[in-house]
Amino acid sequence: MSSSMLFNVTMVIYMVSTCIFFAFLASRNKAVGLTGTYAALFGFLVQTAAIGLRWKESYDQGHGHAPLSNLFESVVFFSWTIVLIFLIIDFKYKYRAIGFFVIPFALFGMAWAQLGLDSGIEPLVPALQSNWLMYHVITCFLGYAAFAVACGISIMYLIRESMEKGGADVQAGGLLSMFPSIRILDDLNYKAIMIGFPLLSLGIITGAAWANYAWGTYWSWDPKETWSLIVWFVYAAFLHARITRGWVGRRAAILSVIGFAATIFCYLGVNLFLSGLHSYGK
Amino acid sequence: MTTTNKRGFAQEVWDFFCSLKLSIFLLIGLALVSIIGTVIQQGPQREYLATLSETKIRLYSALGFFDMYHSWWFILLLYLLTLNLICCSIKRLPRVWKVVSEPVLVMDDNFEKSLANVKDLKLKGSKEELKERMASFLRAEFAAPVITESNGEYHLFAQKSPWCRLGVYVVHLSIIVIFIGALIGSFAGYKAYTNIPEGGAVSQVQTQSGKMIPLGFEVRCEKFSVSYYDTGAPKEFKSVLTVLENGKPVPGFQSRPIIVNDPLTYKGITFYQSSFGQSDEGSLYHITVRDRKGGAPVKLNARQGERVALPGGAFLSVMEATMDVRPFMRGFDGPGAQVEFTPAGGNPQPFVILSDKYESFNAQHGGDLLITFDGMDQKFYTGLQVAHDPGVWVVWFGCFLMVLGICMAFFMSHKRVWARVTDSGVTLGGSASKNPAGFEICFDDLVEKIGKA
Repeated sequence: MSSSMLFNVTMVIYMVSTCIFFAFLASRNKAVGLTGTYAALFGFLVQTAAIGLRWKESYDQGHGHAPLSNLFESVVFFSWTIVLIFLIIDFKYKYRAIGFFVIPFALFGMAWAQLGLDSGIEPLVPALQSNWLMYHVITCFLGYAAFAVACGISIMYLIRESMEKGGADVQAGGLLSMFPSIRILDDLNYKAIMIGFPLLSLGIITGAAWANYAWGTYWSWDPKETWSLIVWFVYAAFLHARITRGWVGRRAAILSVIGFAATIFCYLGVNLFLSGLHSYGK
Repeated sequence: MTTTNKRGFAQEVWDFFCSLKLSIFLLIGLALVSIIGTVIQQGPQREYLATLSETKIRLYSALGFFDMYHSWWFILLLYLLTLNLICCSIKRLPRVWKVVSEPVLVMDDNFEKSLANVKDLKLKGSKEELKERMASFLRAEFAAPVITESNGEYHLFAQKSPWCRLGVYVVHLSIIVIFIGALIGSFAGYKAYTNIPEGGAVSQVQTQSGKMIPLGFEVRCEKFSVSYYDTGAPKEFKSVLTVLENGKPVPGFQSRPIIVNDPLTYKGITFYQSSFGQSDEGSLYHITVRDRKGGAPVKLNARQGERVALPGGAFLSVMEATMDVRPFMRGFDGPGAQVEFTPAGGNPQPFVILSDKYESFNAQHGGDLLITFDGMDQKFYTGLQVAHDPGVWVVWFGCFLMVLGICMAFFMSHKRVWARVTDSGVTLGGSASKNPAGFEICFDDLVEKIGKA
């Protein structure tokens, strides 16, 4: 058995989980929702095993490094962290409908990694040979994942709000009836960002510490650094908007979606469109 | 009239700088303008400038877009943000400080109505007994209470982690501390660069702005080496450095290897492995030439580009060489050279020669001669980033404060419980600064335990 096979299994399970969550919205049957969560949990465990196996495979090849070093590995890890944060929020608050808006992010990540990216295990280039790599990548991606969950929740908020405004009767049934109320969605959005913001801050700080250790400058306005700061500004604005009248609810949800778009640009766009120090070993 | 107007204006300015709307505007504004510098090359290269039109270059320079993050308007935005968060903190901190330092000790009727969690408990016993019971109960289950007697009733007040209300201000302070650290670094520190050839030493380095800075000591590069993985990807860049004071090696700083991610620091100045190259002095290449028809092999030495006469009237020059061909040729290893071979009376032919391990490969060229590349004495120079930043610890202290403040502000809650004890029983009230649902569970739990106690 290879890690690649297990990653394929993971991808299929996330697809199944997404379908079950859709069935939950359609059927409004609580047991179906729970099944969706269990499917996501099972996929998460398989993916954890796959990441562990890939780590071992790198040792078998004589390189021996944590699977966090290239684009393939980072996309896989991103999808893992998204499911992790989703499961934490799901077990704590039990609003299963969120799964339909979050697991697809993880599914998309796995599908892209497995179908479109080079999955070869490469040895670490000198710049990445540092323990800071682990601290930096783990904190950043946990932060990104929390923002992904917040974005899914905000999309739910915007859908529900606009349908309620359009006069849809929420109680009468339909897909919306399984959505949490907009007040709860607003609160969950805030809670997810409260997880993400400290982690992003830590990610930026560990990145700065590493840059200072490796190059002697903790901040050099490299495009990746700048974009991470842009993301930080957006979510800082979000947090201040929470305590300002007129900025709760719809505007907060829009800020959260914009924040995640900036996050994705920081993660991928910078590498695809701009140049800089984070090349993912090409 | 004028005085009130003046006060009114001062008040307006003050309110402007205290407003959260300004914070949101500045944060979003900073996020938006920061994008510019990631799209337009900073400190642009000539090649990049050539792709821009004349008007664009003039416009971008006028707006400071080529060094955007140090332009006056970007710095101004950062100062405005700092001013804004200082004003916000000055306005709000005293109120919060009062909640922390002068807690409401007595829960009267009005205050009771403002609390989300209130419970009346009918308990047997005199109020003295009940007071003692409640005091030891709170001490055991929540926090040590302060007891006040008022209007013939006993009031108990207990709280947990009141200082977490200060978390927000710790974060605000941390940003100011980080800015101070950055300012110290930019005024008292420098970033520089230096190339040292193997065997050579430097006593001064050049900053980004071109200024030469004396180190106060010497750094000698004993050796530089680079190694590769089988795949051809670089594995390690290593310089061996020695620090010299008055021409003598400093104990503990002799032949210290430094690699990427493992720099050398001496007297607050840090040297980072950054780049490398072939030293100007050039390498000495070793070549063996043997006549295919027989005869003893001839060993030759050549410098780069030098035309060396071969037996039989041919010439050879080495254009480029490496000690490890793996990055360039899959399936081969060892030394290799790109050479130009000119047979007697013929035209120059470029080809590659490898070590004697690949004899059949080498036999493809050279006419009557079999030419092998034995290796080279190459001299590298090492490129070192040099940094001196006395502000960096201030920045790390700021970062520490930021993480601490965020944890206080996000993950901790100021929980308060009041108990009013009368002869007919106890009224319990409670509130928390965060997570009301979570506190409700905690409060109900307390109520249940009193019932059992």
